[in-house]
Amino acid sequence: MIARDTLRIRTPEGIEFALPLAGPFSRMLALAIDLAVIAMLDSVLRTILGPLGVFGADLPDALHIALYFALTLVYGAAAEWFWRGQTVGKRLLGLRVVDSRGLRLEAAQVIVRNLLRLVDALPALYLLGGIGCVFTRYHQRLGDLAAGTIVVRTPRVSPPDLDRLLGGKYNSLAESRHLAARLRQKVPPELAGLALEALLRRDRLNPTARLEVFSELAGHFRSLVPYPPELAEQLGDEQYVRDVIAVVYRSFSG
Amino acid sequence: MILDLERFTAAERPHWSALEKTLEWLAADPGRTLSVADLERFHTLYQRASADLARVSGFASEGELKNYLEWLVARAYAEIHEARDRRRFRPWRSVTIDFPRAFRRHVRAFQLAVALTIIGAAFGSLALRIDADAKSVLMPFEGLQRETPAQRVAREQQLKGKQLAGMKGRFSAELMTHNTQVALFTLALGMTFGIGTIAILFYNGVVIGAVAYDYVHGGQLVFLLGWLLPHGVIEIPAILIGGQTGFVIAHALVGWGSRISRADRLRAILPDVVALAAGLAVMLVWAGLVEAFLSQYHEPVIPYSLKIAFGLVEAVLLTLFLTRAGREKSA
Repeated sequence: MIARDTLRIRTPEGIEFALPLAGPFSRMLALAIDLAVIAMLDSVLRTILGPLGVFGADLPDALHIALYFALTLVYGAAAEWFWRGQTVGKRLLGLRVVDSRGLRLEAAQVIVRNLLRLVDALPALYLLGGIGCVFTRYHQRLGDLAAGTIVVRTPRVSPPDLDRLLGGKYNSLAESRHLAARLRQKVPPELAGLALEALLRRDRLNPTARLEVFSELAGHFRSLVPYPPELAEQLGDEQYVRDVIAVVYRSFSG
Repeated sequence: MILDLERFTAAERPHWSALEKTLEWLAADPGRTLSVADLERFHTLYQRASADLARVSGFASEGELKNYLEWLVARAYAEIHEARDRRRFRPWRSVTIDFPRAFRRHVRAFQLAVALTIIGAAFGSLALRIDADAKSVLMPFEGLQRETPAQRVAREQQLKGKQLAGMKGRFSAELMTHNTQVALFTLALGMTFGIGTIAILFYNGVVIGAVAYDYVHGGQLVFLLGWLLPHGVIEIPAILIGGQTGFVIAHALVGWGSRISRADRLRAILPDVVALAAGLAVMLVWAGLVEAFLSQYHEPVIPYSLKIAFGLVEAVLLTLFLTRAGREKSA
């Protein structure tokens, strides 16, 4: 099944990767932030142009009209070009405009997708663009369709830190080498992956759900390879899962 | 089988970090490119990260590591597989060379825009001739409705251009922004398969035709030419170019007889759309300045003949620019 909220790209090397698509609401919030930024820049512009009033009201008025118009027109395209697909709003919400084929974003693409905001904003409050975001396969507004762009989520990612996760603490389950070997043999990869995920995401679970998840996992591991009470009875469910994962994913050759 | 995640991560992390560093260096400036030696190394790192992603995907330890590698490979893929022209966007070149070239490449779309405007103008003048009361609908400008052309000419000739005293700059800026908005809107409505573009061009034609008929019928042809030509010979073609660009987009959307996908057709016209938009924006800045600082002065301040001559010179220069500028030298 093809997930509707990701764009999967297969490289010529045969590797497949997924780009998580941004939903219409996060994009709407990013737009609201950008509009606030434009309003703020406008007030800065007014302050800068204020002293020119000594030459008469006409000059600052004219400059303000022209520069504000240029600002509204250029802000999105300039920010997305220089920040590689991000505006202030997109940056704050972890969104990024990318080429719909996963290629490098071109200047022409960011200019066209921003020019076409004029149609996406029709008839009011970005209704047309919003409809496009909701109903198109890759959540594209008209500007995105014309420019061949999509907006993706760019969560902060870094390689998993196993040291932080598993710690260098004493692991009683690793003490008995033959039981540890059985554990490595008996635990299926899917279950190991699931337990690792649960550990990585533990802070995102509420306390009750966390207790339930680790209780169930620990129960399952205990049933797969029963450990003697003197090695395992002091361990809570979460610590038990943590120690099992340390045994499974680490070679403990030393 | 389970991957020894710790050993795997420890062995590969230096390569991932090196790839990430290169990607960050490239991201800091959109115009940056790698030397051949750096590119070779970058390619090796990309292939290694791709292989790691394939390895991780096949094992149990999906999730955070897989997300990280997907993100890394996706960013590197964009750099490695990009085959399009990576020249920097140069606004000056875009306006002086790319714009006239794009104009000539899509001249049929321009001709269609001209034809629609002429049809609209014919409709507007005919409608005003048949029904003089329709003036308020056909010419929705308060200034043109509250007095006859003859009254306006007499009033403005008496004022000697003072009607805009102390507000010429503001007036000019308002004209520039309003006209640019209209032209870009006409362009953007190409995404409605050209229907919106047709409507705007026709409506503009109706207004131009109605105003022209009103002034000619009122015996003010010379005033009309002196008033409209200096800025109109630039402003009207700029809006027509907006329509031309809208039709270029619409043609790519519809793709009659084309075997290429819609996405590819749209992708192919992007540089021309940008060049045409940049060109029309510059034209409208000039038109705004001329309209505020020249068009509003009439006889006896500036002779009509001089204003008409100025407009005609502009028209000739614009025609020469659009038909000749940026031409490839033949061998």
